[in-house]
Amino acid sequence: MEKDTHFVMGVYEDEDVLLHAIQEVRSSGVKIHEVYSPYPVHGIDDYLGYKRSKLPIAAFLFGLLGTCLALTMQFYMLKFDWPMIIGGKDHAAFPDFIPVTFELTVLLASFGMVGVFMVSTNLKPWAQPRIMDIRITDDKHVLAVDIANNSAIELSKIEEILKASGASEVNKKSFE
Amino acid sequence: MQVTSSVREPLVTGGKSYHDVTHDVARHVEAKPNIRWFLAFLTSAGVLAIGSIAVIATVWEGIGMWGLNKTVGWAWDITNFVWWVGIGHAGTLISAVLLLFRQKWRTSINRAAEAMTIFAVICAAMFPVLHMGRPWLGAYWALPLPNVFGSLWVNFNSPLLWDVFAISTYFSVSLVFWYIGLIPDFATIRDRATGLRKIIYGALSFGWDGAAKAWSRYESVSLILAGLATPLVLSVHTIVSMDFATSVIPGWHTTIFPPYFVAGAIFSGFAMVLTLMIITRKVYKLEDYITMGHIELMNIVIIITGSIVGIAYITEFFIAWYSGVEAEQYAFINRATGPYWWAYWSMMTCNVISPQLFWFKKIRTSIVATFALSIVVNIGMWFERFVIIVTSLHRDFLPSSWAMFYPTWADVGVYLFTFGLFFTLFFLFAKFFPVINMAEVKSVLKSSSDNVKK
Repeated sequence: MEKDTHFVMGVYEDEDVLLHAIQEVRSSGVKIHEVYSPYPVHGIDDYLGYKRSKLPIAAFLFGLLGTCLALTMQFYMLKFDWPMIIGGKDHAAFPDFIPVTFELTVLLASFGMVGVFMVSTNLKPWAQPRIMDIRITDDKHVLAVDIANNSAIELSKIEEILKASGASEVNKKSFE
Repeated sequence: MQVTSSVREPLVTGGKSYHDVTHDVARHVEAKPNIRWFLAFLTSAGVLAIGSIAVIATVWEGIGMWGLNKTVGWAWDITNFVWWVGIGHAGTLISAVLLLFRQKWRTSINRAAEAMTIFAVICAAMFPVLHMGRPWLGAYWALPLPNVFGSLWVNFNSPLLWDVFAISTYFSVSLVFWYIGLIPDFATIRDRATGLRKIIYGALSFGWDGAAKAWSRYESVSLILAGLATPLVLSVHTIVSMDFATSVIPGWHTTIFPPYFVAGAIFSGFAMVLTLMIITRKVYKLEDYITMGHIELMNIVIIITGSIVGIAYITEFFIAWYSGVEAEQYAFINRATGPYWWAYWSMMTCNVISPQLFWFKKIRTSIVATFALSIVVNIGMWFERFVIIVTSLHRDFLPSSWAMFYPTWADVGVYLFTFGLFFTLFFLFAKFFPVINMAEVKSVLKSSSDNVKK
């Protein structure tokens, strides 16, 4: 059985051409599904209209959790549960707790943020990604258009727009 | 299209295209290991095997196997620990601090430097773990876990415990940072592979698809991790220095230790990066990616940090005299003229004098000279730690307990073990992982190569 065509893809050779193409394709009314690149292209988020990532907020909140956890742990253990006076120092000496607090803040901020990144980007060892074009991890940029999302525009018209925007090839691809 | 900058040297030479970058880096992962790799790998694995006899003996018999005595209670173990941790610092510095400062030259060297960090920290961790004597109980002693003695907790006032937290955080954050960077490159290898290799690299690449959204988040994560890892770089060696600085031993009890140790760590770390990268670029024919420009910039970092270390040595001496504390003055005179004078002057020659040779452009841009001096710096930094630790301990406040330290075969064996471990891991990395961050090199290619498109 022949599969339905789901995506039309413009293949681009150069990042500057790609950025102009995104503008042109969007202004012609075609909704872009996603753009794929072998490396991060700076400024592409603005061209695609993506909002700023919330990952810094996640990092901050996890860091705050780390700070609270570390201070609570140290004060509970050394001040309340088993007060130890070592070398004549106070058993709950705040300055002495700073290094461990700092380390746990960094640890939780890093791991929490990376965890959120993994979940939000759907990164996991058993993930089966949709590879639009095998060359996107090598040297080509691909602008993918989901046909179902652009039912108002004819397929041939979309292909024409992609071609006119500087795509070196226009291909179709479908997934089960 | 020729986009060479008229003011900056290109970071990638040889007129590379994007596909060339993929090919040049991925082919080493895809090719069968050659005889040279096997020889190198088997040599390091052999050293690891021989050294493991000393590790087993130490665990079996206890640390009485080492040459420690009542006066010198810390010697090679802590020397090697601080040395290895220091070596690790360049990796995080290159990947985090230089990322924050937008230094694009880091892209060709960050991957291998980060790998070096991780392996060096593993080697470093061996020493405190073994020094515990009964490492299987280490979790109770080093981590805040409820134990059989009642609710007796670890001592959060102790710099040794801060070390546990600092090193483990440093290791795990560096590991995550390194792995996040590897994901897109694993995807590149996955897409070029077939069969079993495709399955393995498919799992390692975590399903990376190169989407713009994923790249955007990836860049956010990298930048924030760099922001978090930068103070971590400073904190880790600062805390390591506090192991000494918070004590009352003459020669240790100095406030200069934190910045001095951090500078020393960067100094030795860059030296080790140079040692490894000079070999890697030669063996893997990556001269177009790790150019003379990269080597020169690293040598400049070595001049700066080497000079900071030199100033620190002189400052220590000055403050010892200026403080008027007799014990402190004696400790420093003893370092330079006592029974360990040879260690002190080896340290001075290797760390203070030799890096100054890099002021000469001819030396700074010579591969042979750089390689030789990078090894000299590593030897010098080992002596630095040895001098600080052993010369300060061997003659304490009580002349009747003065002693010398002589390493035993187990001391030498454990050190050899870590060398074997480090190089075994590095050779495995060099064979199975892309040694250069392909995606990041591609992202600077357009602005920093001598020819983008063929």
